[in-house]
Amino acid sequence: MIRLEPRPAISGFWTYASPVTAVLLTLITGAFLFAALGQAPLEALHIYFISPIADWYGITELFVKAVPILLCAYGLALCYRAAVWNIGAEGQLLMGGIFASVIAVQFVDSDAWLAMPITMLAGVAGGMVWAGIVAFLKLKMNTNETLSTIMMNYIALNLLLYSVHGPLKDPHGFNFPESALFGDSTLLPILFEGTRLHLGLAFSLLALAATWVFISRSFIGFQIQVMGQDQAAAKMAGFNKTKLVLTVLLICGGLAGLAGAGEVAGPIGQLVPHISPGYGYSAIIVAFLGRLHPVGITLAGLLMALIYMGGEMSQIFLGLPNAITGVFQGLILFFLLSSDVLIRYRIRWASNPMKAGAA
Amino acid sequence: MDLDLLTNILYLTIRTGTPLLLVALGELVCEKSGVLNLGQEGMMLMGAVVGFIAAFYSGNVYLGFAMAACAGIAMSLVFGFVAVTLNANQVATGLALTIFGTGLSAFIGASFEGKTITALPTLAVGFVETIPLIGRPLFAQDAMVYFSWILFIAIYLFFKQGRGGLKVRAAGENPTVGSNLGLPVLKIRYLSIMFGGAMAGLAGGYLSLAYTPLWTENMTAGRGWIALALVVFASWRVGRIMLGAYLFGFASIMHLVLQGFGLSISSNLLATLPYVATIVVLVFLSKNIERLKQFEPMALGKPWHKTH
Repeated sequence: MIRLEPRPAISGFWTYASPVTAVLLTLITGAFLFAALGQAPLEALHIYFISPIADWYGITELFVKAVPILLCAYGLALCYRAAVWNIGAEGQLLMGGIFASVIAVQFVDSDAWLAMPITMLAGVAGGMVWAGIVAFLKLKMNTNETLSTIMMNYIALNLLLYSVHGPLKDPHGFNFPESALFGDSTLLPILFEGTRLHLGLAFSLLALAATWVFISRSFIGFQIQVMGQDQAAAKMAGFNKTKLVLTVLLICGGLAGLAGAGEVAGPIGQLVPHISPGYGYSAIIVAFLGRLHPVGITLAGLLMALIYMGGEMSQIFLGLPNAITGVFQGLILFFLLSSDVLIRYRIRWASNPMKAGAA
Repeated sequence: MDLDLLTNILYLTIRTGTPLLLVALGELVCEKSGVLNLGQEGMMLMGAVVGFIAAFYSGNVYLGFAMAACAGIAMSLVFGFVAVTLNANQVATGLALTIFGTGLSAFIGASFEGKTITALPTLAVGFVETIPLIGRPLFAQDAMVYFSWILFIAIYLFFKQGRGGLKVRAAGENPTVGSNLGLPVLKIRYLSIMFGGAMAGLAGGYLSLAYTPLWTENMTAGRGWIALALVVFASWRVGRIMLGAYLFGFASIMHLVLQGFGLSISSNLLATLPYVATIVVLVFLSKNIERLKQFEPMALGKPWHKTH
C-alpha cells in the first residue's frame, strides 16, 4: 500500500524536479508505446523529438508553432495564479481569429499600412470580449468559470464554422468553407526569408517580458498571487476582487485573441474551419508544466510545439496517426500531476498500516 | 406542426438525451462520494471508440457496449489512482483525463473513421407502438434507452433507501467521520469512480453504436461537460437528472423543432444552443449560491487521505 506522509514544508526541490521527471516519464512511456506499435523505440523517439528540429527551417517552424501556445499560456498562468480556473483560451483564440478575419477581409485589395495593426487589435478585442463574458458571469452571476469557459469554447467553435460557411465565406471561393485570402498588407511580416516565422514571435517575446514584470514587480501582480493563495487574506487586505479577476481574464483573453489573429494573419493567411489544433488546451498543460512562471512556460511551450511537430513527423515517417500528439499531451499532464504529489508529500511504502502508523 | 413531426421530436429528444442521462447518472454517483471527475468527456470518447472497434470486429453491438463500459472503467481507474491514491488536484486530474482520452481515442480510432457497423436495433413492443404521439417515443426505442430507465430507477432507490447509498453519501459529506466509523472511504470512492467510468463508457458507446452509428474524432462534442452541468442543475438529486438530460436532448434537436415552424436558421448557429442553454442554466442556479451549497456534497472535490 502506498501511504502519503505530509511534508512539514513544500519541497523546493520537487517543485522544479517534478516537471523534468514528468517529461522523462513521458519519454520512457513513449518508448514503450512505440515498441508496442512495432516501431524501434529509440529510432522512433529520434524521429519524433529530434528530427523535427534537426535543421534551421525546423527550428523556425518550432517557433511558429510555439507562438500561439505561448501567448495563450502566459495569460492562463496569470489566471491560475489568481485561482481563476479559465480553460477557455481555445475559445478566446478562435474568437480572436474570427474578429481579426472580419477586419482583414475589408483590406484584401488595400495596401494601407494600418491594415495589419487593426487586424491584430481586432483579434485582441475578440479574445477580450469572450473572456469578458466569462468575467461578467463569474463576478456578477457567481457562475463557475471552469464550466462556463468550456461552453464558450464550443460556442466559439460553432461561431467559427458559421463564419466560414456564412458571412465570411469567400464569394469567389468555389463554395469552400474559407474566407478570402488576406491581402499582403494584412499579413504579419516574415522575419527570416524562406521561413514562415512571422512577427508573432515578437508579440510572444513581449508577452513574456510583460507578464514576468507584471507578476514579479507590479502591486497588482502581488495582489493577484495573494488572492490566488488565500481568498480570505486578500479580502482582509481590502484587495478589489472584481478588478483582479477582470484583469487576469482580460489579459488572458487579449493574449489568446492575439494568438488567433496571429494564426489567421500569419501561417494560415485566411480564416478556415481549423485554425487551431487545440493550442488553447495544450496551453493549459504548458502553464502547469512551466510552473506558472513565464520562463518555465517558455521552455514548456517549446516542448509542446515540438510534440505537435513530432506528431506530424511520425505520421509521415512512421505512418502513425497524427493524433499521437494528444496521447503525449495527456501523458505529460498525468505524470506531472503524479510527480507533483512529491512536492507536498513523502511516499511511504507501508505493508502494514499499523506499523507505519506507529513509526 | 403536424403529429408526425411532434412524435419524431419526442422520439429524438429521448434518444439525444440518453447518453446525457447515462453519463450524468454516473457522475452523480461519483460526486455523491465526494469525487469531482472532470474527465467525463475523455472517458466517453474512449468508450465510444473501443465500443465501436469491438462491434466492428465481432459484429455484435452488445459486446461493443460491454467493451465500452470496460474502457470507461479502465480510464476511471487511471483517474482514481492519481486523484484518490496520490491525492492530486481533482480538477486538474479530470482535465488531464479528458485531454488524454481525446488524444488516445483519436489515435486508436484513426483507421476506423468512415467505417460502418449495424446500429443497435430498436425493440418495438408491438401494438403499443402505434399509440399516437407517445407510442414510438416510449415503446419503440433501443435496449439502451430502456436500460437507462431501469438504471435511473435503480439509482433513485439506491439513494432513497438502503445502506449502500448512505455509505456513498457519508464518503462524500464527511470522509473523516465516515472513516472513523469504520467505513472504507477509499474503496467506496474507487467504486463510485468506476461506476462513473462505466456509465461514461456506455454513454460514449451509445453515440458510436446507436446514435450515429460511426466513429469520428471528438464525436462527443462536449456532452461530458454538459453532464457535469446537469449534475449541478439537478442539485445532486437523482430525479431531476432525467428531466435535465431530456431538456438538453431537446435543445440539441432544436433545428427540427424550428423546421416544424417553417423557420430556417444556420445549423452552425443552432448547434450552439445546448452550450448556451448550459450557461443560462448555470447562471440561474448560481444566483442563489447558498441554496445550491446545501445540496452539494460537503467534501466534493477536496483531496482526502486516511491519516491513521
